Amino acid sequence: MTRPTVQNSFHRITATSVLASLVAASLLFLHPVAQGTSPPTALFWLMLVALGAAALWTIRRVAAIQGTRFDGVLTAALFGLWVLYFWQMLVVAFAVPRVLLPAPTLIVQSLIDNPGKLWGDFTQTVLKAVCVGWLLGSGLGFAVAVAIDRMPFLQRGLLPLASLTSTVPLVAVAPIAVMWFGFEWQSKAAVVVLMTFFPMLVSTLAGLKASGKLERELMHSYAASYSRTLWSLRLPSATPFIFGALKVNATLALIGAIVAEFFGSPTVGLGFRISTEAARMNMSLVWGAIVVAAVTGSLAYALLVQLERRVAFWHPSIRGQ
Amino acid sequence: MATTNKLPALPLARRLWDSGVPVAVVLVCVLLAWYGAAWAMNASAAIERVLTPSGNPFDWQDVLRTTLNMERPVLPAPHQIALDFWSGLVDWPIDSPRNLLFHVAVTGETTLVGFVLGTLLGLLLSVAIVHSRTLDRALLPWIVASQTVPVLAIAPIVLVILGSLGMEGLAPKAVIAMYLSFFPVTVAMVQGLRSPQVIETEMMHTYAASRWQALWLLRLPAALPFLFPALRVGIAASLVGAMVAELPTGATAGLGARLLTGSYYGNTLAIWSALVMSALLGLLLTTLVAATEHFALRHRRQP
Repeated sequence: MTRPTVQNSFHRITATSVLASLVAASLLFLHPVAQGTSPPTALFWLMLVALGAAALWTIRRVAAIQGTRFDGVLTAALFGLWVLYFWQMLVVAFAVPRVLLPAPTLIVQSLIDNPGKLWGDFTQTVLKAVCVGWLLGSGLGFAVAVAIDRMPFLQRGLLPLASLTSTVPLVAVAPIAVMWFGFEWQSKAAVVVLMTFFPMLVSTLAGLKASGKLERELMHSYAASYSRTLWSLRLPSATPFIFGALKVNATLALIGAIVAEFFGSPTVGLGFRISTEAARMNMSLVWGAIVVAAVTGSLAYALLVQLERRVAFWHPSIRGQ
Repeated sequence: MATTNKLPALPLARRLWDSGVPVAVVLVCVLLAWYGAAWAMNASAAIERVLTPSGNPFDWQDVLRTTLNMERPVLPAPHQIALDFWSGLVDWPIDSPRNLLFHVAVTGETTLVGFVLGTLLGLLLSVAIVHSRTLDRALLPWIVASQTVPVLAIAPIVLVILGSLGMEGLAPKAVIAMYLSFFPVTVAMVQGLRSPQVIETEMMHTYAASRWQALWLLRLPAALPFLFPALRVGIAASLVGAMVAELPTGATAGLGARLLTGSYYGNTLAIWSALVMSALLGLLLTTLVAATEHFALRHRRQP
């Protein structure tokens, strides 16, 4: 069945206008005012306002497309692109001081200029502190949850306390961790372990209770042992909970490691870079470090989502997508 | 004899046994382990710095006594923290920076102002997103994606930007607390405002209810059960934001500043007291939100 022609022409007009506005935007970007070499003229402002109107109109058009999830991503991407574009143009045209807000091109430039520095920070904070802490904390939380699965007394004692920790600013243990484990990455990993342990413990305990009564009774009628039931039924049905905690923990781990570096670190690390360069008013490098942290967080999340799809492909919450 | 479907209320003793006793046992175990760890971690320093210089012979009891009462312990014993905490509460006038309550007031104010602003911003954004397809498609994915990013890392930047705009004191810290608490509120409220069934929205439509009436009479009440869990997350995040915002500014007041000065001067007891205080503040704030939830939703509980 073919689509109605009205919708086809709507799509065609939308696609054409998006392309046209993007071409116009790139042309205006080459204007001397946008390059910061001459003061802004009335004509430039007029064109920028016209472009703003075109941007709003195209975003509305794209958002109105009834369609797949892909169209939703497209709208968000287009919106992000326009935000970046007007950030760049307005910052340059108004000659906003770099300390206040550097233009996106300057941030990209700082990423290109300091690959060694930022790679060192990435290694220090993410590959050492975050990865080790995240694995240890999540692993310990999971192990303890499975270990106390057969001890309802301990569960009733630990669960209320573990849930309470989500209301407590655990990252405040950073100065103590620095005192005990020194300035190096071990102290940051310790903070991350503490922050990631409890969410995993609580989620795994909840997940182990998530299998249906019917399934458990089936296992019972097969005379399945405790460990067999755990391995074949209860752990698989807990996977969405476990992955949920892993995803939450990925963000928590990054926050923990970065904030812990505010309390003292060797002269390398994302948190160290952010706090010292902010004090030196070198804001484009601060933004560069933040871009690294943000991209790391999103990538880790995306990787975990993909991993969950591979591992729990059979689960209704995944199949439904 | 009349039968009732309700289960008889469990006797108090049984309820205590079910929850109170296990928690108490775990707490006692933690306390004992803590004393053990305090002894183990302080022993070498106690022998080196206190017992050997005094010149007198000492046995294991002296070591134990010293490790639990060190001036600058590696790990202070619980009773030392309790004493320091208590002295921080009562030994100084309330407006002295040595009083813990002074710091609690500073951090608590930032947290609450940031939380209220963040909640308002979240509510406004979610109402706008629910009513505008463009915002829903263009903005919501970014808000959801920003949950995976360590937004707290932007704190030093916000402080620099607002500082160069001439904002000082409470405002920059409250802004950081605000943007940490508005994410969970926005995401949950978008979900909550969309939770009414089709049949309910259609009924509002047959009553010729305007969009605002539908929002006020149907969507907002339906969203409340989504709102409160988000508020609990939001206020905890707001507290973390307020404390972290006190770090890079060289602020002299607030629990975060107290942690930082404690770590500069190696004053372990001050760090631990501030830590306990911030935990208590977090618990208090969350309890307040939970109490509000209990009050606001008191008619909705399932019988």
